[in-house]
This record gives sequence, C-alpha cells and structure tokens, in this order.
Amino acid sequence: MAEPLVVLSGVNKHFGDLHVLRDINLSVDRGEVVIVIGPSGSGKSTMCRTINRLETFESGSITIDGKPLPQEGKELAQLRADVGMVFQSFNLFAHKTILDNVTLGPIKVRKKAKAAAEKEAMALLERVGVAHQAQKYPAQLSGGQQQRVAIARSLAMEPKVMLFDEPTSALDPEMINEVLDVMIGLAKDGMTMIVVTHEMGFARKAANRVVFMADGQIVEQATPEEFFTNAQSNRAKDFLAKILTH
Amino acid sequence: MGELFAQFDVWSAFGQTLYLAFFSAIGALIIGTILAIMRVGPVGIFNKAGAAYVNLVRNTPLTLIITFCLIALHYQLKIYLAPEDSPTSIVDNGVRWAIVGLTVYHAAFVCEALRSGINTVPTGQAEAARSIGLTFTQSLREVVLPQAFRGAIAPMASVLIALIKNTTVAYAIGVAETAAFMRDGLEFRPDLSFLIFVLVAGFFVLLTMPLGIALTHLSQRLAVKR
Repeated sequence: MAEPLVVLSGVNKHFGDLHVLRDINLSVDRGEVVIVIGPSGSGKSTMCRTINRLETFESGSITIDGKPLPQEGKELAQLRADVGMVFQSFNLFAHKTILDNVTLGPIKVRKKAKAAAEKEAMALLERVGVAHQAQKYPAQLSGGQQQRVAIARSLAMEPKVMLFDEPTSALDPEMINEVLDVMIGLAKDGMTMIVVTHEMGFARKAANRVVFMADGQIVEQATPEEFFTNAQSNRAKDFLAKILTH
Repeated sequence: MGELFAQFDVWSAFGQTLYLAFFSAIGALIIGTILAIMRVGPVGIFNKAGAAYVNLVRNTPLTLIITFCLIALHYQLKIYLAPEDSPTSIVDNGVRWAIVGLTVYHAAFVCEALRSGINTVPTGQAEAARSIGLTFTQSLREVVLPQAFRGAIAPMASVLIALIKNTTVAYAIGVAETAAFMRDGLEFRPDLSFLIFVLVAGFFVLLTMPLGIALTHLSQRLAVKR
C-alpha cells in the first residue's frame, strides 16, 4: 500500500484565544475524494487552507507526497504549484483574460512556452465548457462560469491534489450543478480531492469518505452512505437533522 | 507681457520648473514603489522601515527637507551631486539637491497612493496567485501591482499635481524656476504684479489641469471590473 498523499498529524492553530484547529489528524490517499462538512465556524475552511499554507499553524505537521510543508519562500511556492485550490469567491485574476488566467501559472511557474500553454489551456477550458469565453474578462462571466475557469486554472498546473473551499457557496442555485458536474468528472478521472462543501448530493455521488468537523475537531469520518444514514456522534446527528429536513 | 519676457528669462524659468518636476516625478515613482512594496511585504523590518520613512518625511515641511539637502548635506557635509570644479557647479548642485528633496518628499506620498491602490485589490487575488505557485515577487508583479497601479492612478494624479506645484519650493534654495521669476518680477516690476501673478498661475494650471483630466480619464478606462 502506497503512503497517503496528504497527511495532517497533530495540527493545532489558534486565532487569538480561539482554538480553531484542535489536534487534527487526517490522511488522504491518492485518488481519494474526501468531503469535509460541519457547522460554520467548525474550522473546516481553515483546515483546508492550512494544507497549502494559506493559513499558518502552530504545532503538528502536514506532509504532501511525503514532503513536509516548507515554511516560506521558493520551496513553498513549488509545493503550492502541486496543490490546486478553488476558492468560494473564485478569485480569478480580474485584470487578465480567461485564457491568461489559465496560462499564467504554466508559463511563470512551470516555464512552459506560451503557445504550448495556450493550447493546453484551451483544451482545459473546453473540458469545463467555457472555451468560447477565452478572450473575455472574469467580470463578464457568470459565477458558475468563473468557478469552472478557476477549476481549469488549477488543473493547468497538473496538481497532485486539489482543495475546494466551499466552491459552490457563492453561486446562484441554478449554477451549482454546472460546477458540481465538472467536479464529479474530476473525481471519476481519479483526481485526489479535499472538498469543503454542504452539497450532500455531491458527497453521495463522488466522495469516498466524509469527514465531519465541529469546534475545530474531526468528530467522525465514514463513507457517505454510512455517515448520512448512520452517524455515530450526537454532534453529527444534530447537524444532519438540521440540514436534511429541508 | 512682451516687456516681461524681454526683461526676465521667463522661458528658462518655466523650463527649469518642468525639469525639476520631470526628474522628481520619476524619482518619486521609483522610490515610492519600493517603499510601498516594503510596507506590504512579508518582512517585518521592512514594514517598519517603510512606515518610519513615510511618517517622518510626510510630516516634515518640504521647505525644511529641501533646505536641509542643500545646507546640511551639501554645504556642511560637502556632498557634491555635480563636479565641484565645473563653472556651473553652484547652479547644478542647487538643482540636483532640489530634485533629491522633491523626490524624497513625494516618494512618501507616492507610497501611500500606491498602498491605497493595493488596498483596492482583494486579498483573494494574492491568495489565488500564491495558490498556483507564484512566488511573492511574481504574485506582486503579475497580479497585485498591475491591479494596484490602476487603482492608484486617481490618487497618484493628486500627488503628481502637488509635486508640480511644490517645485516652487526649490526657490528657497535659489533655483531659478518659476517662483524665482515671480519673486524677481514682483521686486523689479511691481507695476506688472497682476500680470505676473496671472502668468505664473496660468502656467501651472496649463500644466496640471490636462494632467489631471488625462489621468482621471485613464483611471476610468483602465479600471479593473470586479
């Protein structure tokens, strides 16, 4: 059995007095799709962001593909290139065209030639269904289209693992599925994914494992089927009762 | 009007003002950008040094800075910016020290204008830049600064306009620019005082107003749509 791709062990973090991550232990295997759910303020987004060190942590360790997370500088940048990240608010580069958004990383970080990068970018934009918008600017696209471009931008780096921080929470309801469809496609293609989301449908369709967090701790983990039908902890039962009654 | 131009070298005074403004503006843009990067960067000591510079310089009168340059740095410490033995040494040193003073002073304001531009760039932009593996310098150069410059054009216009008018302070150290012409004109031709005032005011308005209009237009045209 190969070693897990992402390993968090004993990770702790405080925001001032607030202990946002309490002794987090989590390992994610290659090709695995892990959903992180939990009430707001449970630390799930913070955990997701510590994995590529957009958030610092105080104790514990995080390794990706066997390598511990570097502190700062060039090494950290190199590691981040291997970890894709999709944000709640898309964060496309507002002053660049859709195509330039996707080619920036491959050209500047992977040192690819412009023509090759653009060809690959167009293929990726085709895959997420926004190739015809390549020359537009982010503000000219709908939220769902922007988020699909953001996914293409991450994919262009050929990441080992992709992090999704509530990728559909800022979208209008009718646009959620177009983004989830792309994500389901990625999961089927074997991408390792850690997804913070409240989309239970996606969890059931694409996830290998559900991780439930509350108050900065991982309370329980199980397969989606098991978790949704037979949650063990009271916190999880309480949470599920609140979101599944609607 | 013809009398004035015959008696005083008005054109060379205007030229000197333009010369001062042009080189001080370039210097202030360069140093101000460096200061802004220091202030927003991840290195604590640079943050503090940048903040100390801005707070010290911004709160000191320009007249003091320019006279300090000439009297303390040049006369007292014998720092020459133009060769000591050249026939135009006194004039050249005066002009160059005036440019240094103007540069140092306005760099603080350029820095703050740029920082206000940087504040128009949402943090998510820098996070996204870092998350695709760009280094700190790359994410500044490719993502944050291009947007920050656009957001800074409007406040920068105010700084440039102030700089152009502030070149008149160079007359405190004897540079023969427009304010020096005004002083001489008022002293020797008090009968033409109204004309002199109107001429000098007209010169500055002619210089600054198109600049203001152009930069406002530019800031609207280049505005980053969010």
